[in-house]
Amino acid sequence: MLSDITLGQYFPARSVMHRADPRLKICLTIFSIVLIFSAGNFYSLALAVGYIILGMALSRIPLKLYLRSLKPILFIIVFTAVLNIFYGTGDPLWQWGFIKITRNGLLNSLFVSIRIITLILASSVLTFTTSPTQLTDAIERLLKPLAKLGVPVHEFAMMMTIALRFVPLLLEETDKIMSAQKARGADMESGGIVQRIKALVPVLIPLFVSAFRRAFDLATAMESRCYNGGEGRTKMKQLHFCSVDWAVIMSAMLVLGAFLALNILLPPSIVR
Amino acid sequence: MPIIETKNLTCIYGQGTPFEKTAVEDVSISIEKGEFVGVIGHTGSGKSTLIQTLNGLIRPTSGQVLLDGRDIWAEPKKIRSVRFRVGMVFQYPEYQLFEETVLKDIMFGPKNMGLSDSEARERAYEAARFTDLKEELLTKSPFELSGGEKRRAAIAGVIAMDPEVLILDEPTAGLDPRGRDVLLSQIGQYHRERGNTVLLVSHSMEDIGRTADRLLVMSGGHKQYLAPTREVFSHGEELEAMGLRVPQITKIMQELIRLGVPADPSTLTVDEAVKQLIPYFKKRGGSKNAL
Repeated sequence: MLSDITLGQYFPARSVMHRADPRLKICLTIFSIVLIFSAGNFYSLALAVGYIILGMALSRIPLKLYLRSLKPILFIIVFTAVLNIFYGTGDPLWQWGFIKITRNGLLNSLFVSIRIITLILASSVLTFTTSPTQLTDAIERLLKPLAKLGVPVHEFAMMMTIALRFVPLLLEETDKIMSAQKARGADMESGGIVQRIKALVPVLIPLFVSAFRRAFDLATAMESRCYNGGEGRTKMKQLHFCSVDWAVIMSAMLVLGAFLALNILLPPSIVR
Repeated sequence: MPIIETKNLTCIYGQGTPFEKTAVEDVSISIEKGEFVGVIGHTGSGKSTLIQTLNGLIRPTSGQVLLDGRDIWAEPKKIRSVRFRVGMVFQYPEYQLFEETVLKDIMFGPKNMGLSDSEARERAYEAARFTDLKEELLTKSPFELSGGEKRRAAIAGVIAMDPEVLILDEPTAGLDPRGRDVLLSQIGQYHRERGNTVLLVSHSMEDIGRTADRLLVMSGGHKQYLAPTREVFSHGEELEAMGLRVPQITKIMQELIRLGVPADPSTLTVDEAVKQLIPYFKKRGGSKNAL
């Protein structure tokens, strides 16, 4: 059940997307998300969506896994979509009391759903094709200029590495504790919302206790290996730009050009 | 009539994904009421999956689990009642403790059964007695106890439900030798006094050899043996091929037999071995070159 959560999981494979530089992939993800959110009409939106779909196709990861990453946020998508339908302005297409549906509202709702879905998909491409270590390495490198301003970039990166490393461990642990409490008759599947939240207490308390225990153990282990922060620390794997990366940058430039043209030349599809 | 049975039980994880894995395949076992059954198997042999199907924590992909002759999944909504009848102590059960006091934690299971406060309390005291938890510990927070005490408190939490079948998954893992001995003898005593059925999963052949009437041996998701302990341990070589072994004393006796000493190949404890060997050495006249 809990292992169904694929959000933020790495799937090793051999593909262009796996080979691309993680720094570039992070920038690219941000780039596509910016495109998605600044698209003013369906043509530019379609271009941005197409670019993300291209990334998904190049990642050689089964579509099923991408769809599964959408499952946890399905509710949010439906919720915002429905909400947006009723908040449109302009002439109503259909009215019942104070509830009215407008063309604008429908379009808005469609835009918003596409945006949320592609937001998740774009970040899934990144996390599916980039191992957590690569990811944090890249973030550390990208944020390095901030270190001059006194921001503890290395420490942040280390914290992220540790957090990511512990996600699967804690999921497994949660599964175990849930089984143990179910074996003692804990009822987590029925009852109202209050009862369900109460039913989580026997899971959350042992989980927190064990997270703290692990944290202390890890701190001791790091200290006994003389870890003292980022100063003077070298990397086992250096990041290098290669031909794939230049090709990716070229594609992004082309898309950006086309996107700007579509967005500016064609009329906007929704009123904001 | 057997208390718990499985019929052609198969469990497949992640069916239809690239991670598909068959954990248990076509396992049929039958355990009689009041038996003490040891479960052994190499890591990944499917024993953990198997025992979790017995109380309905894992739903088998195919096959049946029968409790008192009735399929436990006949009414999936009532699966909780099965868990009260088949108690399960997981590995490192001390990590499941959560209540403010040890007493309340032990009462968690009985209260889930719908027992009243006073009944649950009575059950908790009784369970604490079986696991030898001192009464002054019951009012403490479970997080103040020592490792061994936590373990016993967690086991008490399952015993308090008074299950007809008690399953323990490596209850002695990580305990010191004395702690192991004490815990095992407590489990043995519980079994004798209550006459309940006990399944004990362990990697320690010595523990299993001392306590179990019968042994279930799992290997590669299949049932290899379900036979009286002595009989299983007489298959020393087959067990070693599965990454298991026989108790050390059994191994020594089997080696002695190879050297021509008349002994029982299924000796399980040092005491039994001593009883056989002393007369033999006496007969040899105490010569220094006994062998």
